[in-house]
Amino acid sequence: MKENKFLMARRIIQVAVLFFFFAGNSFGWNILKGNLSTARAFGALPLSDPFGLLQVLAAGSLVSMEAIAGALLVALVYAVVGGRAFCSWICPLNIITDAANWLKKILRIDTAGEWSMSRASRYWIMALSLVISALLGVAAFEWISPISMLHRGLIFGMGLGSLSVLAVFLFDLFLKKNGFCGHLCPLGGFYSAIATFSLIRVKHTRERCTLCMKCVDICPEQQVLHRVGHRTGFILSGECVNCGRCIDVCEEGALGFSNRLVSQKTSPI
Amino acid sequence: MLPERRRFLLTTARSLALAAAGGIVWSGYIEGGKAYPLILRPPAAVNEKDFFARCTKCGLCVEACPYHALILAKPGDAKPIGTPYFTPREGPCHMCKDIPCVPACPTGALNRSLVSEKDAAGRERLDINLARMGLAVIDRDTCIAYSGIQCDACYRACPRIDKAITVEYSRNSRTGKHALLAPIVHGDLCTGCGLCERACVTEKASVFVLPRNIAMGASSSQYIKGWDAGDEKRLTETPGDTRTRTPRSEKDPLDYLNRGDL
Repeated sequence: MKENKFLMARRIIQVAVLFFFFAGNSFGWNILKGNLSTARAFGALPLSDPFGLLQVLAAGSLVSMEAIAGALLVALVYAVVGGRAFCSWICPLNIITDAANWLKKILRIDTAGEWSMSRASRYWIMALSLVISALLGVAAFEWISPISMLHRGLIFGMGLGSLSVLAVFLFDLFLKKNGFCGHLCPLGGFYSAIATFSLIRVKHTRERCTLCMKCVDICPEQQVLHRVGHRTGFILSGECVNCGRCIDVCEEGALGFSNRLVSQKTSPI
Repeated sequence: MLPERRRFLLTTARSLALAAAGGIVWSGYIEGGKAYPLILRPPAAVNEKDFFARCTKCGLCVEACPYHALILAKPGDAKPIGTPYFTPREGPCHMCKDIPCVPACPTGALNRSLVSEKDAAGRERLDINLARMGLAVIDRDTCIAYSGIQCDACYRACPRIDKAITVEYSRNSRTGKHALLAPIVHGDLCTGCGLCERACVTEKASVFVLPRNIAMGASSSQYIKGWDAGDEKRLTETPGDTRTRTPRSEKDPLDYLNRGDL
């Protein structure tokens, strides 16, 4: 299973995080309590969704120092180290949309007739979230977010939340490839925006590349791989989710995770 | 106009149109979901408007509740999605002395100071009796105690027995030889925990907790209670001349009533 190394690692971490949250509610474990909106790790360390907090601030509430500290901590970790890794390593909805992609491939569903949609939509929706939050005095995306519904649902009970998760699955499967995560999700847009300078990045080595394009084929955010086959260097776009699928499928070792501080030889493109 | 500029303007206009349309549907959905006034919040919840702004739906209060009374609203519960509430008939608030749900809140949607009082040493002490989650209301038509059947289930279940619920004794005029033991809720002392609602023996509870803003009226401020020394003092604070001046009032009806020569 060497070729699925990062995929396996991601699934293990995604499921482990989910399990610890579940155990926090069901068995009273004190490792992770709360959910992805706001949580407490080991009974003390505050963690908060920075985009959620931004909506709360837009809604006109100053919340609390604990929530602000938690959000800054999370934002800092992703902005400095992990980039948009939340989407592929933590977010539970990623498992659903990956499943849709997998089924799409198995059923050989053609993408030619799909909806045309801009990948920049997520930034519009992000801005719209903040506007509606300010107008209605409530965190607007949190109110409709299928991520929250899924994650909260798995910990506290699903209710009809499964329908909204199913909607995302069907949308990705039939209407638009990577439709939700790659086009609509404002949380992904937020993390893309703050991930511009993060350190851990996929690095491409042009000399080893055979132009097989398997990486581009598997990538959920294909636009970030424009460097492949052209120039050696880092994948710099904040929209890269650091999932490592391109590394998994590359047989020539032309792609790998690297640290921008350690190897600076990136030619701008 | 240049084709590129035209295309750019058109794309912008289309995006704006889509954002406006989507925003209206989105806002409508939120407004619809917020409009659910019959919901009982955990103790020390700030007013509903601020609660919506502050609560991040993390569920830490739910996890802290040792009686599993608190629930996070699921999609389909017809309650504001993801926010905590309790339903007294199934799971009332047991009024824990240390109120674990309140310090658990990371965002101040549950505000400690609403259930704290300073003790003699000046330290803040949690006091669950200060909580005002709702108000118990009695339906006298279905409450069996009001029709003369002996029942004091709610009175006994109340954690503030003889304070928040008292029993009023009176003669049963129907039979002429029995007593009526009628429970009375005192709004100034009731916390809205709902233990009475759960204890009620009628098929559908005849004492039930409603949010205070629904269950209570509001007295107008111009009425001064003459029998209340504190309230009476407001008279001296009234500014200047407060006499009513109409053609009829010139005859000075007050003096005419007080003269005693009726």
